[in-house]
Amino acid sequence: MTDSTPHSSDIPAEGPAVGQDEWVARHAERRVLRWDRLAPLEQRLRVAPWWAWLALFLGAMCLLPAITSSGYARLVGFDTVLYMMLALGLNVVVGWGGLLDLGYVAFYGLGAYGYALLDSNQFHLHYAAYFTIPVVVVGGAIAGFLLGLPSRRLHGDYLAIVTLFFLQLFQTIVTNGDSIFGHNVTGGAFGIFNVDPLHAFGHTLATQHGGVFAVSYYFVALAFFAVVFVALRFVNHSRTGRAWRSLREDPLAAEAMGMPVNTLKLMSFSFGAAVAALTGTLFASLSQSVLPLSFYFVLLITIYTMVILGGAGRQHAVVLGALVIGPLLELLRDPNKSRIIFYVALAVGLLLAFGVSRTFGVIAAATTALGFVCHTIAASVHHSWVAGSSPGGLQHFVSSWLVIPKHLAGWIPPVTYIGVICVALVLTLVPRRVRLVLLPPSLYLAAFVWDNVMLPQSDAARYIVLGLILIALMIVRPNGLLGERRVEII
Amino acid sequence: MATFTQLTIDALTLGSVYALIALGYTLVYGVLKLLNFAHGDVFMVGTFIGYGVLQLLGGPSNPSVPIWLLITLITLAAMAGCAVLGVVIERFAYRPLRDAPRIAPLISALGVSFFLANSMQLLFSATPRNYNTFALGNGELYFKGFDIGQVRVPLLRIITIGAAILLMIVLWVLVNKTRTGKAMRATSYDREAAAMMGIDIDRVIMFTFLLGSGLAGAAGVMFALRVPTTVAIGFVAGLKGFTAAVIGGIGSIPGAMAGGIILGCAESYTQGYVSTKWSDLVVFSILVAFMIFRPQGLLGRADIRKV
Repeated sequence: MTDSTPHSSDIPAEGPAVGQDEWVARHAERRVLRWDRLAPLEQRLRVAPWWAWLALFLGAMCLLPAITSSGYARLVGFDTVLYMMLALGLNVVVGWGGLLDLGYVAFYGLGAYGYALLDSNQFHLHYAAYFTIPVVVVGGAIAGFLLGLPSRRLHGDYLAIVTLFFLQLFQTIVTNGDSIFGHNVTGGAFGIFNVDPLHAFGHTLATQHGGVFAVSYYFVALAFFAVVFVALRFVNHSRTGRAWRSLREDPLAAEAMGMPVNTLKLMSFSFGAAVAALTGTLFASLSQSVLPLSFYFVLLITIYTMVILGGAGRQHAVVLGALVIGPLLELLRDPNKSRIIFYVALAVGLLLAFGVSRTFGVIAAATTALGFVCHTIAASVHHSWVAGSSPGGLQHFVSSWLVIPKHLAGWIPPVTYIGVICVALVLTLVPRRVRLVLLPPSLYLAAFVWDNVMLPQSDAARYIVLGLILIALMIVRPNGLLGERRVEII
Repeated sequence: MATFTQLTIDALTLGSVYALIALGYTLVYGVLKLLNFAHGDVFMVGTFIGYGVLQLLGGPSNPSVPIWLLITLITLAAMAGCAVLGVVIERFAYRPLRDAPRIAPLISALGVSFFLANSMQLLFSATPRNYNTFALGNGELYFKGFDIGQVRVPLLRIITIGAAILLMIVLWVLVNKTRTGKAMRATSYDREAAAMMGIDIDRVIMFTFLLGSGLAGAAGVMFALRVPTTVAIGFVAGLKGFTAAVIGGIGSIPGAMAGGIILGCAESYTQGYVSTKWSDLVVFSILVAFMIFRPQGLLGRADIRKV
């Protein structure tokens, strides 16, 4: 699983190394003490070759069905594998090519719709998988090429806006595609139903066994993931891969060196699009229906968060990102786990900020004490103030610690939610001493908001978490958990 | 002919909204070289602030102040709220990334956009909010006005277009005739040199966000006076606004206005003469055509890259 791309794992004290972005280096220096425990660990893992780690990883992933028999958990596993593939594809464009492609999800949608059109009753076509999948993948690559054509002269922001508009256009077309010159092509807003499961050589891979998710799809997805991973690794270590990286580092210099910059950009688009389209076929074949809104901004942000969290530019890093974000989003759906995740995240955040120190202990103790005091006061004022019960984990602790009113007055959610954001922002500005004093009440307020405002609306809450992760990452650690330090993308 | 006049009035109304959004993009882009993805969502927040103030003042059917004052107040409130929001976003999400590689603030902006849209959904749910301008003074905003041929130009449209023009003139004066405007232009031309000349870059950038977001707030109210608003409109509105800025030439203020009007016309005429569904396609084609044949836009300067 390790990537032998040359990169420096430690920053020399005198400044950035040759070819390294100065800002990133400075940033890394500032954070090197606390954060970069991962880098030495990664170095040590290099004793084994990458394919050994990949095999180990795949073996571990194969154990999932053995660990859990729940169809839901296995389905989440399947989705996570799809996310990993999508992240790998986006990594080609963003991480290697250095192009900000915001239309990436549209290719995923194209793949899914392509499969759905070729294998459903929409046009009464039912091609076998060994025909459909290559056709769709090549189609995706061509679509990527075509989108790249007008965009290839554009750099940076213009590219972002054209590709983002392409995503919007894809939405418009599939949503209104039920009457293109009087023909129903894409099924419109209701999408296409009854898409065939994967089938080839007369066999059909059922999507369900006894009403639960059929685990065979999980293994199929893993196999596809392995193929994509290995193929992209070879591409990355080829002449083209090196050329992409040079393009990313400095397009102008690459051009001056005689690199065919435009061709390289188009290739990077095509590769990313092809991987996305391939993932789309898997998605469509399992879910047996495709809807326009499955391929929109939300998914785009999700995949970007994965790539950025893991670290753009390195395959195993983006896979790690998908492995963290995918299940996390799923866990946040469930109030039981969501609450536990919140407290764990608080604890981890405090630990990262203060380490295992007296400060940490004092703040944790102060917050806990404050909670009990607030709870007692609120209970003695009126018992309905603490009579509310929201479902969730840590029930005993929370119900005697946190103020959960039975009826939440209409003004409470906006005021407390905006309040907690303002407090968090102010905390970043005040001197350390003041911050330490303000921290316990702010944490308590945050817990109040999480339980009373955000838990009841898990969907909005988890996307808010996603957005926050993205913003915080860019400010605190733009190269992600395992990323290369060089992240300049123009 | 009547249809054409009707569509042109719509085009101008829509175009002024797009132009105001585009101005926000163009101002920020000019000074920071940052594509502020969150701008569309600031616009969306503006529509909601306007709605909230409208309800506070007694709602459309029973307002506690005269109608002209009501509209002025909700516009000013939305402008002020959005201006504050824009400044806060700049201070906390973009300023730490001022010297970062270009990708960093872009992705941070995506995160802010996503965060704003979902926060609004969390707090105010996804139900559409209607300003219900028909109820204002028994529909006089629609029945009063003047006629062009057989087509009535309603008062509401006149107010919208007039306010947009007024705001643009104010902006033009601010940018071209005041000291702060001069500082903005200097910063946009060369940030480092401007800093060396003693211009407080942080203040200029803050002021730029203040202006741009304030215009987005005004655009929000104008938009929501026409059609109901939801928490999801930010994405598409921002996309259209940025397209307008690109068509007109990014960094150019008259260009943003021209781009907005062109976009409004393209959309309105397509919806009127072809189909309501495919206006996005036409707008996208225009964008791509500009990207290929005139990347610097109608009134923009050609981009000269320094090596």
